[in-house]
Amino acid sequence: MRTVPFLLISLVVGGAVFAAAMAAGNDYVFFAGYVVLQYVVLSTAWNILGGYCGYVNFGTGAFFALGAYSTVAIYKLIDTNELPHLVPIPLLMLVGGVVSGAIGFGMGYLTLRLRGAFFSIATLALAVVLETLVVNWDYVGGSRGAYILRPENAPLIGSYIRYLFLIMLLLAVGALTIARLIERSRLGYGFATIRDDELAAEASGVPTLRLKLIATTISGALMGMAGAPFPYYIGYLQPDSTFALDYAVNSIAMPLIGGTSSWVGPLIGAVLLDSLQQIITVTISSAVNLLLVGVLLVAFVIVAPNGIVGLIRKYLPHKGDDFVGRRRVGLAAPGAAPAAGPSSAPESPS
Amino acid sequence: MIFSFDLLINAIISGILIGGFYAAMASGVSLSFGILDIVNIAHPAFIILGSYIAYIVNTDLGVDPILTSIVMIPAFYALGAGIYQIYYVSFEKRGQESLRGLAFFFGLLFITEVTLVLYFGVDYRDVDAAYIGPTLHFGYVEIPLRILVPFLVSLLMIACLQLLLTRTFIGRAVMAVAQDQLALRLMAVDPVRIKRIAFGVSIATASLAGAFLIIIQPVEPSVGRDYIGRIFAICVLGGMGSLPGTVIAAMLIGVVESLTSTFYGPSWAPAVSFGFLLLTLAVRPAGLLGR
Repeated sequence: MRTVPFLLISLVVGGAVFAAAMAAGNDYVFFAGYVVLQYVVLSTAWNILGGYCGYVNFGTGAFFALGAYSTVAIYKLIDTNELPHLVPIPLLMLVGGVVSGAIGFGMGYLTLRLRGAFFSIATLALAVVLETLVVNWDYVGGSRGAYILRPENAPLIGSYIRYLFLIMLLLAVGALTIARLIERSRLGYGFATIRDDELAAEASGVPTLRLKLIATTISGALMGMAGAPFPYYIGYLQPDSTFALDYAVNSIAMPLIGGTSSWVGPLIGAVLLDSLQQIITVTISSAVNLLLVGVLLVAFVIVAPNGIVGLIRKYLPHKGDDFVGRRRVGLAAPGAAPAAGPSSAPESPS
Repeated sequence: MIFSFDLLINAIISGILIGGFYAAMASGVSLSFGILDIVNIAHPAFIILGSYIAYIVNTDLGVDPILTSIVMIPAFYALGAGIYQIYYVSFEKRGQESLRGLAFFFGLLFITEVTLVLYFGVDYRDVDAAYIGPTLHFGYVEIPLRILVPFLVSLLMIACLQLLLTRTFIGRAVMAVAQDQLALRLMAVDPVRIKRIAFGVSIATASLAGAFLIIIQPVEPSVGRDYIGRIFAICVLGGMGSLPGTVIAAMLIGVVESLTSTFYGPSWAPAVSFGFLLLTLAVRPAGLLGR
């Protein structure tokens, strides 16, 4: 399927989701749905770097918070100068995206030349450095946090949360389209070579550093965009909870549970896991839902390394055949013996 | 700013002492990450586990936390060996350690932390021992015993580790595993066994580091997160897998942090180690005493 039809179909599906939520008539649906959609964006964004390139980013919270705090900074700027509140949320998202994308690029430039593990650790570090800066920056509330007044209503659709939900829905559609587009483009194949064997890719002339920087920037920008409307959603933004590792563990767990090889994986993972979390938070407690994420994450990476998508491909061979077939043809040299199965993988990697 | 000499001396000394404790926390990661190339991001969670075990035994039986942690070394060793076995079978053997192995440890971090939260809640816990409270005075220099004792024991522990690594057959095999697994295999040594032992030892250090942590400050399950970045910063700054380098880097970061919080305020201190980390990664990834 080409990208334009895919985008149109996603928009129709998105419209159906919105219509269904409107039909439910209860604003709780929008509050809960917003978080699910936010995680669809975050896990898709994480997967662009993590799943496609194989670089683990522990700093989802940092990029998300950068988006959120850009919004707070703009809000304060307007508030203190008593300007009219005319900045639309999509514009705020653009700003948040640019800021996070730029930081992602800068950090990638510093650390992506090194082995993957260093990059992962540096992302952890980035989160703490940024949190320290925000805690000490009184303009955006410092450690006390910042209040944002959410407007009561949005034109045409009623309460403001519906408007936020709609925007996040559009962003989710956009993120999935971008992920799918990358997957099927030269860029995506380049990313895959980095994931599978970076040294070989570099030796064959793949510009690995440039590709990694592109992935980090896109991924960071999407996370920032997901964060930009968040202050309006939550109403009170506080550094501790905005920079929390919870965002990181969720956005890692969701793609790995769903499956990292395609855009469907993060979508499935985010919808399933976050719905489950919302139910558990309401019925049991929020501590248990983090335990659940941890246990599922560990269980999936050990038992089902290719996630739910991998399980579906394994047990419903009709759908997977085409994809696997193409891969095999691509890998096997002409006239070579049939490609070996996964069971005979080399015993001891160096 | 009025420059105060005794403030400066005290800040430097307490930085060095705290640095000794940081070195104890980082030595385990130095082993696992630096030598074995296993990015054990869950190490701080095991340290917190050590703190809680010391806390339980201390409140129930009144046993000294450091003594408890020494007794618990075999249990932590077994835990580490078990985790390595799972890690090896599920990730290293399949060649998936970079993405899924990292996620595995990240998951373990949350499982350990949340389990502790569910059992003990998020209240801060602390321990009782004779050396918690008194302070030594040398002129205007003040040394709290609760920091001095962990400092001394942790240097002792690291010295033992260094002897183990450089003077025994197993230790040399561990160093060899980092360099050339195939060569080790040709010498009829099983690299997986050696790595299992080394990883067990690295987790065993978490038992002691946990006791030091709860002696120095009250502990609640998520304080470990504050240390993840600091530990890795020390490990990278010191040069991967070099224990002397780890000690030097730990003291350096301890001193700089202590000076920052004395002269600029404690809220800036966390940024120091990470600033160091980013700087090291950008300028000299091999670290101070890197090979």
